Amino acid sequence: MSAVNLQQIKDDFLSRYNKINKKIIVCGGTGCVSSGSLKIYDSFKEKIKALGYNIEVVLDKEESADKTIVVKRSGCQGFCQQGPLVTILPDNLIYCKVKLEDVDEIIDKTVLKNETIERLLYLNPKDGKRYHNKEDIPYYSKQKFITLALCGSIDSGSIEEYIANDGYFAAEKAYKTMTDKEICDEVLASGLRGRGGAGFPTGRKWDFARIEPEGKKYIICNGDEGDPGAFMDCSVMEGNPHSVIEGMMIAAKAFGADEGYVYVRTEYPRAVERMGKAIRDAEALGILGDNVFGTGYNFKLQIMEGAGAFVCGEETALIHSVEGERGMPIPKPPFPAHEGLFKKPTCINNVETLSIVPNIIRNGAAEYRKIGTETSAGTKTFSITGNIVNTGLVEVPMGATLRDLIFEIGGGVTDNAGNPTDDMFKSVQIGGPSGGCLTPEHLDIPIDYDSLKAVGAIVGSGGLVVMNKNTCMIQIAKFFMTFTQSESCGKCTMCREGTKQMLQMLTDITEGKGTPEMLDLLEKTAKAVSKGSLCALGKTAPNPVLSTLRFFRDEYEAHIIDKKCPTKQCKALCAPVIDKEKCKGCGLCAKQCPVGAISGNVKDKYVIDDEKCIKCGACVSTCKFGAIEG
Amino acid sequence: MAELTSTAQNYEKVCAILDKYGCDSNKLIPILQKIQEEYNYLPEDVMTFVATKLCIPPSKVFGVATFFAHFALEAKGKHIIKICNGTACHVKKSIPIREAVRKKLNLAEDKNTTDDMLFTIETVFCVGACGLAPVMIIDDEVHGKMTPEKAIEIIDKIIEEEKK
Repeated sequence: MSAVNLQQIKDDFLSRYNKINKKIIVCGGTGCVSSGSLKIYDSFKEKIKALGYNIEVVLDKEESADKTIVVKRSGCQGFCQQGPLVTILPDNLIYCKVKLEDVDEIIDKTVLKNETIERLLYLNPKDGKRYHNKEDIPYYSKQKFITLALCGSIDSGSIEEYIANDGYFAAEKAYKTMTDKEICDEVLASGLRGRGGAGFPTGRKWDFARIEPEGKKYIICNGDEGDPGAFMDCSVMEGNPHSVIEGMMIAAKAFGADEGYVYVRTEYPRAVERMGKAIRDAEALGILGDNVFGTGYNFKLQIMEGAGAFVCGEETALIHSVEGERGMPIPKPPFPAHEGLFKKPTCINNVETLSIVPNIIRNGAAEYRKIGTETSAGTKTFSITGNIVNTGLVEVPMGATLRDLIFEIGGGVTDNAGNPTDDMFKSVQIGGPSGGCLTPEHLDIPIDYDSLKAVGAIVGSGGLVVMNKNTCMIQIAKFFMTFTQSESCGKCTMCREGTKQMLQMLTDITEGKGTPEMLDLLEKTAKAVSKGSLCALGKTAPNPVLSTLRFFRDEYEAHIIDKKCPTKQCKALCAPVIDKEKCKGCGLCAKQCPVGAISGNVKDKYVIDDEKCIKCGACVSTCKFGAIEG
Repeated sequence: MAELTSTAQNYEKVCAILDKYGCDSNKLIPILQKIQEEYNYLPEDVMTFVATKLCIPPSKVFGVATFFAHFALEAKGKHIIKICNGTACHVKKSIPIREAVRKKLNLAEDKNTTDDMLFTIETVFCVGACGLAPVMIIDDEVHGKMTPEKAIEIIDKIIEEEKK
């Protein structure tokens, strides 16, 4: 097969695509799909076709451009809170919360008559204004897109469209004009650091594998995005799978690998499917396979589905599971770059890291370096979730502050009913189970690898969970400990037993059985687990406990000493509540209460005084109407 | 005799899967995944069979099967209900949803599958739909912004369908 001519594919595609005036882009990210976007996509396709239009970018005759309205499905457009999203070109209108019933109206008014449907435009709750264009919406205008630039606009299933957006040109440049060392140096000079969490310089990692003797080497893309609350890698694999493949090709050239694995979580079926299609399409065009770009290099790629183990995000554990073993980590060194998959030199890079690489090779390290901070170059994607107005997928330059992310882009904090409130912000959890909980005083810290480390958190893979004042921090610490405890592989005693002990202590505290000694013991155990564990899972498992102990110590003390849960989330520490609907006002509970905590008048509603109540439960068992719960 | 035939048939499927992966023990995880797709869990005899065919000890197959959360060693119900308890869903109160569903299905604490084999409930950590938290996934369909009431409604609908 003759080498693929990228320029020709690009020109062909653009000459056709640019002639077409109308394009409807339906978001196919996990969030929008869950709210029914695929049905909307199908309905658009069907109805536009029924009107006699062509819906794909295939133009056989000159006049057919007028008879084409492109309907395509993109990856995540980012604004998950407002999904399903439909973008309409050329006006770049973005319609939010689109329903299946709206399809007819959108076609009739917007697509055919260029009229805007006001009610489907984004309504900013802050200023009451409706926004027409994506770029004007504060949520988008404050972001900077590199990784996600194409994610929400191109059809993830179309390799031609990726090429038309300069896709695979960087890989071609790397294979045809750059030496191995030049690629490593360029990526090192760009300041790109591993986006999986640890922040190791990517160029250096590749260089370690490059200097190994020639022979079989592997590149693995780590798409085992296990952090609960993070879906950035998922979105990239779904929305722009070719950028990941291109990044892997460049990495392979940089250190001489000829085979690669994309390791994807099995919980991401759509990412598995779209990565798979992308690999097959690239093979069909001769981009992947033997004799890449006619240079004599070979590169084969396959997908490996994970099987549900958080620890497999760790390099050596991941390698074991690819080899068909239990995913347990081993001590480093030997580092995988020296002795990895099947004992051969192996580099493992995160999805986001790899997807940035083509951009660096295409535009140069200096250009990339301009974005971000001195020690952390470029942008970082985050998924913002929890008690926040705008949940979704965002990308900001390194060095942006948490305040930018939560209040400017995220639109602020919400109460439990989902309504925006100004002063409800309590904490933000960053970095998943290995990260920490930060407080309002940390809002102005720039987000980069080093600043966050200094306050006991990490950038991590980029999950950002915002919590309001109704959140009990002990419960959050307990939640993360439950997670790491069940995901601990059991190899290191400190991690296996220590997480269990910490979980027990946290459970006791939430159940009112906490003792003052527990605070010290928790801290001691946490430090021991951190020291006595082999891999990052164990080393960082205590972080949520340590950070909550550091920043929310008064809440621990309230639970242990006052036996109160300030947020009233721990049932065992809350006074029973009288259901006003069921209470008949008989007064029996007040008579039974040994401390006189219940007051009220006969035939009227009774109430329990939280301060006086000793939670003996006498009232609960006395009530004949089942009106007291506790 | 009838049982023997059915087992022999089943092994045929297993053999096809093993052949597809070239009886390569490095491919144990994808092999087990395909087998689970076929049977909806990993029957003990099948695992032993796989071990023999791959020339590895059965303990290794069991070791891998028990290590990964995705593998089930017991038969699952017809409908799989996954309640996401990732951080975002947890913060948005996923536990009350799980409790409501368990109560609805009359599941005791140590049980995850209903006696009529209609439902299996699983707790999962993050399915990447955090923007819609809390979410519940039934038979691979993601239902977002759940409440205990909405969850029960969806299950009631399935039960209705099943009665027909």
